[in-house]
This record gives sequence, C-alpha cells and structure tokens, in this order.
Amino acid sequence: MEIPKDLLFTPEHEWIRVEGNNATIGVTHFAQDQLGDVVFVELPEVGRQVKQFEALGVVESVKTVSDIYAPASGKVTAVNAELESKPELVNSDSYGAGWMVKIELESPAETEGLLGPDKYQEQINQESA
Amino acid sequence: MSDSNSLKTTPFASIHRELGAKMVPFAGWSMPIQYAGVIEEHLCVRRKLGLFDVSHMGEIDVAGKGASSFLQKLITNDLGKMTDGSILYTLMCRRDGGVVDDLLVHRFNENHYFLCVNASNADKDFQWAFQNAEDFDVEVRNTSEETAQLALQGGSAEALLQKLTDAPLADMKYYNFIEASVCDTPCVVSRTGYTGEDGFEIYFNPDRAEPVYRALLDKGREFDLQPIGLGARDTLRMEMGYALYGNEITQDSSPLERGLGWVIKLDADDFIGREALREQKEKGLENKFAGLKLLERGVPRSHYRILDGEEPIGELTSGTFSPSLNGGIGLGFLRADKAQPGSRVSVEIRNQKVPAEVVKPPFVPSGVKR
Repeated sequence: MEIPKDLLFTPEHEWIRVEGNNATIGVTHFAQDQLGDVVFVELPEVGRQVKQFEALGVVESVKTVSDIYAPASGKVTAVNAELESKPELVNSDSYGAGWMVKIELESPAETEGLLGPDKYQEQINQESA
Repeated sequence: MSDSNSLKTTPFASIHRELGAKMVPFAGWSMPIQYAGVIEEHLCVRRKLGLFDVSHMGEIDVAGKGASSFLQKLITNDLGKMTDGSILYTLMCRRDGGVVDDLLVHRFNENHYFLCVNASNADKDFQWAFQNAEDFDVEVRNTSEETAQLALQGGSAEALLQKLTDAPLADMKYYNFIEASVCDTPCVVSRTGYTGEDGFEIYFNPDRAEPVYRALLDKGREFDLQPIGLGARDTLRMEMGYALYGNEITQDSSPLERGLGWVIKLDADDFIGREALREQKEKGLENKFAGLKLLERGVPRSHYRILDGEEPIGELTSGTFSPSLNGGIGLGFLRADKAQPGSRVSVEIRNQKVPAEVVKPPFVPSGVKR
C-alpha cells in the first residue's frame, strides 16, 4: 500500500497529519496489518494533555495488544467515537475513517523530528525483510 | 526462534502463498497464521467450513507385539478401553508428573498404533518414546516427515469429504478413524479436530499434498469453504476450553490443576508419573481450572492475574477476544473456592480490574458428532 505523502510518522507506526496548529493521529496501514483484526480501541479523554511519545491509548486486536504513542505533545480536542462500535475501521481505512485522536499542538516544531514518508517506507521495508 | 531460512515448510507452502496467507514462524515451521483475517475465518468454521494445514503436527508410529503394553506404560489415560479404529486423547508424563506432551493415540490393532503429537514437542516426544521402549518388543518410528495432515472442520465437513471418497463417512463416530482413499490417495481419516465443530483430520503422503488440497478447495466452493490459519485455530480451541501445550499444559505444572484429570486414570495399569500424580491428588489441589467470561469490554491474555477484590487468586493460561461471543474470554486456574461456575472475580488487564464470571467451558455449544 502506498504511504500517504502528506503525513509524518513515528518509528512505532503512528501517523500524524499536521494542519496549522492542529493534528490528526492514527496508526499506519503497516501497523494494522501486523496487529490483525482490531477488536477494541481505548482512547484518551478529550482535554487531556499529552507529551510527545507518551502512551495515548491502546489497540487490542485478536492476537495482541499495543500502545498508541503520541507523535507530538498537545491537548486532545477530539477522539473518533465511531471506533467504539466499529474498531475494524482501523483495519479497513487506517489513514481515513480509522483515525483515532485530534490534538492541538503545543509545539509544532516537535514534528520536525518525525519520519517523512520516504524514511518511514525505508523502515517498514527493513521490518518486513 | 531461528531465522526464516531455517524454518521447515509444509508440503502446502506454495498453495498458502497463492492463497495470500500471512506466514509466521511457529514451533520451527513456517505456518499460515491467517488468510482473510482471524475473525472472518473463525466464523467461517463455526457457520460453514474451514480447511487447515496442520502438517506441522508430529506423528510417531508404534508397532510390534509389545505395542499395547509399551503405550500403557507411556500414557496417563486407559489404553485398555481402546478398540481397533478408535482414538484416545491422553497425556504422557515424566516420573515427577510433569507433562511431556498431550497427544492422540490411534489404534490400528493391538500391535500397531500411531500417535499425533504437538509440533513444538515432536522431537522431544520421539526421544522420550524411544528411550522408554527399550524393554518392549516394539519399533518406534518418527514418521512426521512422511506425513501431511489437513483438518476439515465445520458443519458440512462430512458432505464435502463424501464427494471425494467412497468410504461411508456417516457411519464414523467422533474419535474414530478409518483407512480410506480420498481423491485416489490412501489416507487415514479421523473424526477429530481442535475446533469444537464436526470434522475430520486427514493424514497422507506429502507427495499427494497439492491434488488433495486443491480438490478440497474446488469441491468446497459450494460449501463456502475457506482456508483457515493458526490464528483462528487458537481462538476456536479457546472457545471450546481445549488445552494447548505451552499454555494450559507445561512440564512444570500439575495437569490435575489444569482441567486434565479426566485423562489421568490413576487406577489403570501403571504408567510413568502415576505415583507423583497420585501424591498430588492425595495432597489435595489448591487450584481449579475454569473458563472466565469478561462482563465488560477488554481482551484477557495469558499470564494476566485473576483477582478476588484486591487479592490475586489465580492466573490465565490463555485468553482472547471470542468472535462468537463478541467479548473477552479466558482459561486459567484459580483458588478452588472461587472456581465454581457463576462465581464473580476480576481479571487484571493493564492495571485495570475488569469483572468476569467463572464458567465451565465450552463457551459456545459444541457441534462434534457424539
């Protein structure tokens, strides 16, 4: 699957879409493929302050459980309530309807340290080898 | 685990690739963990029909005049009740009662049997059987390499398989086997499985792997047959409360505390480990084995603690999301006084206490043909 060019990535397979001071966060297509069928997503409270790389939530799949780490610091402004009843959206549309959290960025400069699409592609090529 | 180059492959490897399986290392083998996805595959077996490659399982052939007396010494269950063509689920234990493996014993006749053992233990099991066979007139052979094994599981298993064999399958009872020709291939066909559905396990020469598999896929289309990976094999067996070596069964735990007392016949002829197991039983068991059904959202997993209030009273040996129940289920051992069905406990999941009810497995009704 093509990696979207407008996103940044963490080495832990989260993606972040930065739009001004706001950002949307989810897990990558590669991550959902590794997890297998997602059955439950635990998301933070709206209003919570998170630090970059702090655990933001939890994804439970049939076979394993994994933390979701915040790609950047900020305040949670929204969570994807649809995942409550349709956690499988993380599998079927990881970069779209499977989004997880929106935050208001504390320090947009932080995202400069994240992986661009090409760097992230290199990483997953290595992990799949 | 070794790197992927040194993994063993089953004779169905190229078919798995063709079917888009995700392959993973398992017990030294490269095995399909899933094709379409664990939940879809699981429900396909429960509602329709699934085909599993289980060629990683080990086979041991036991032949000779001393075969029956040798096996009775080796296994914990009562070999004496077996008849020709019957199958027995059992354990074999060390002298100290630790479990070497759980296995199926198939009896051709009193002088000839074959054992089906776990992939992860196959070499160890063969060594164990071989070294204990010294005093018996018996030949023990590891036939794993010359055996392919498929499991066909689901309500329409008989209807499909009957299209490929003249043998009268309707007459076959659960835990019985026959020698029959399937797709012009000599096979051992047993009415067994690890899913809780009706179905068959089929053993045959790996040279015939492709034609047999393709015939099942082809004729299976009208039954909505799907290939099923090890992921769903695990969730299916958990819903039935079936033990898995390495989870429920280990060499360092008492099988009596893991729900396996029913295959340990302390009054049958002497077997290796009997004295140790009898002592354990006479001393009394602190824990009992049970199923747990989560009453709120969450996915329990092996080694999670079972709590009564704040107090740890047991541990899960397996846990998963149950696709049939759409909720969390687990198997584990807990203090005997809290182990009766209906009892309320909780499971500690990532520092949260999730309420759970003790149940007696299976979690869903079994469809096996009694």
